[in-house]
Amino acid sequence: MRAFDTQSVSEVQPPVSEVQLIPVNLSRRRFVFVGLAGAAVLAGARWLVPDEPIGESAPAGLTAHAADIVRALVPALLDGALPEDAPGRDAAITRTVAAVGTAIEGLPPATREELATLFALLASMPVRLFVAGIGGAWRDATVADANGFLVRLQKSRWSVKRSAYDALHQLTFAAWYADPRAWPAIGYPGPPARA
Amino acid sequence: MTETMDAKIPDPVRDGLARGWSVVDATTLREDVTLETDVVIVGTGAGGGIAAEMLADAGLRVLLIEEGPLRSSHDFRMRESEAYRDLYQESAARKTADKAINILQGRCVGGGTTVNWTSSFRTPVTTLAHWQSAYGLNGFDEPGLAPWFARVEERLGIAPWSVAPNANNAALARGAGKLGIGWHAIRRNVRQCWNLGYCGLGCPTNAKQSMLVTTIPHALDRGATLVTRARAMRLVLRGDAVDSLECAAMDASGTAASSRRIRVRARMFVAAGGAIGSPALLLRSNVPDPYAQVGIRTFLHPTVVSAALMPERVDGFAGAPQTVYSDHYLDSVPIDGPVGFKLEAPPVHPVLAAITLPSHGSTHAAWMRRLPHMQVLIALLRDGFHRDSAGGRVRLARDGTPLLDYALTPYLFDGARRAMIAMAELQFAAGATSVMPVHDEGDGYASLGAARAAISAFDLRPRATTVVSAHVMGGCALGPDPRRAVVDETGRHHHLGNLYVVDGSLFPTSIGANPQLSIYAIAAKLATGIAGRLPT
Repeated sequence: MRAFDTQSVSEVQPPVSEVQLIPVNLSRRRFVFVGLAGAAVLAGARWLVPDEPIGESAPAGLTAHAADIVRALVPALLDGALPEDAPGRDAAITRTVAAVGTAIEGLPPATREELATLFALLASMPVRLFVAGIGGAWRDATVADANGFLVRLQKSRWSVKRSAYDALHQLTFAAWYADPRAWPAIGYPGPPARA
Repeated sequence: MTETMDAKIPDPVRDGLARGWSVVDATTLREDVTLETDVVIVGTGAGGGIAAEMLADAGLRVLLIEEGPLRSSHDFRMRESEAYRDLYQESAARKTADKAINILQGRCVGGGTTVNWTSSFRTPVTTLAHWQSAYGLNGFDEPGLAPWFARVEERLGIAPWSVAPNANNAALARGAGKLGIGWHAIRRNVRQCWNLGYCGLGCPTNAKQSMLVTTIPHALDRGATLVTRARAMRLVLRGDAVDSLECAAMDASGTAASSRRIRVRARMFVAAGGAIGSPALLLRSNVPDPYAQVGIRTFLHPTVVSAALMPERVDGFAGAPQTVYSDHYLDSVPIDGPVGFKLEAPPVHPVLAAITLPSHGSTHAAWMRRLPHMQVLIALLRDGFHRDSAGGRVRLARDGTPLLDYALTPYLFDGARRAMIAMAELQFAAGATSVMPVHDEGDGYASLGAARAAISAFDLRPRATTVVSAHVMGGCALGPDPRRAVVDETGRHHHLGNLYVVDGSLFPTSIGANPQLSIYAIAAKLATGIAGRLPT
């Protein structure tokens, strides 16, 4: 599931000299996305991509920041599908975040790198604020905040943002509906039993 | 069918392994190795499987290279959570470079044949005639291929399916009947099928006559060797021939190549990695390509989707997934005119449905809650027959893995729009209470008039319009003219004497039907020729 492709955004890529000014230690591919996310906002921003918090555990396949973002978005993506009761809902979200991480681990390296870039950018304050429209931390985002962000991605004419929507959509819905616990609500009896 | 199901069903792969088949999981290799053989075949799908059997029968030493794992009926638990990850390219999330088309493609022993939906069509006569007139192909006309079709149909149990279609397919027949358009039953490559409906997740009863349970076991019984979880990295050339094949063992995750190398020395090299994999292997190998033919004209049958709600239960997850089709919208237009489309029904399993339905939140959840009442049609666009339908192009990413550029052109979107209207019309005729063309702006429409008006106004464009594909064709075209083809009519590379291509990448256009039987028959024809050229 390639969330992004550098080729498709080459037309919006800033000149190399410009992106090289950004003093963060990122791969070439990430430079492209830095440019993409708005060089004007980000130029010179050493703090662009935040350090990962120390000592916080995250599900396999996700950084702590990425887990926060997925955890913020899952309630909006799965609105209407998650259990109503708070403990059940919380457990379901936690399971889904973990399953998204597991799914990412099964993707090819290039796709994993694209997703890592997406999450790193979404974790950065300028992108979170100006692209995602999330004022505070992802973990404080409401379902309405998350939904607003998702709808903007979905409606975007910008292929990269639209692709990000598709990636989040596909990862989350695959994680949720692959789980037998989601099946009773949709009337799916599951596959025929076998030993 | 609980415990007895397993007890009664023999697993030909486990039995074969117990008999001492020569099968190596490359991830277990502790050192680099060099292997020698007569013929090495890259890929174990429809092309590689047929070639393996025929070349082994000819007395040749055959070595098969497969990037995916060896899984068999004991492993096939009919779970989407396992099957997509284990049996499909990129966890079933392979996409075109711009992410606009999701491609379902197998990656396991048996390739696409292990996970396909068993639909078996001879190459349409109109397609073959076009190949002859537009590309000068000789010997690939209907009389020339008929014996090969007959032979592989016999080999793989391809026959009419006499069981009643499931409700999802019955709706296609019913709607077509109401509209007075032609529909037919799909032949299937099955023997003693249980009609479970999980073909796409690996057949748990070995009824599907995939390469996994037919030709590959046969070749292994004849002494062939199978190396799994190894990626063919490049062909090493010497003069105007291939000297060896360099492979990499996959890492433990199976998603990336490790540094462990497997070098294969052979007299003959057969690329059968499918229409993305084979062109990519040739590109990585820098094979002579003076006319820049490798990887171009890759075709997908770009497919659009229409979901409907029926008053009765459909249970599209149960029963043979594809048993009815209509070619009305292929046959009623000239092959080189506005793009035609084939109508079929897909299996409706939760994950496949959920990732295909647009939007999210309560809208999405409401559709998912109606899953048992959901009837789904797909329209496969017949690409590659018109000057505005040049298909895609396989190129290499920086890490050497393939990327497929495929432009969704106005020509194709015109067909997509007509197809969405045709599907809605058919679904309402079949009794649907609501139809949702799968597109960002799509909603459930309660009448054909409303659906038609909405579809006519859709801003169809990449990504906003859901486009999927399960058929990858072209990219190493077969043909007599090296300026327009990669291999000659024997399947031999135009510029390298001992390199052959035997898979769906041979096709100069799309097929206009599910391609497995076309691949089987052409592979059988070519493999017979190859066997004759290589004395044992």
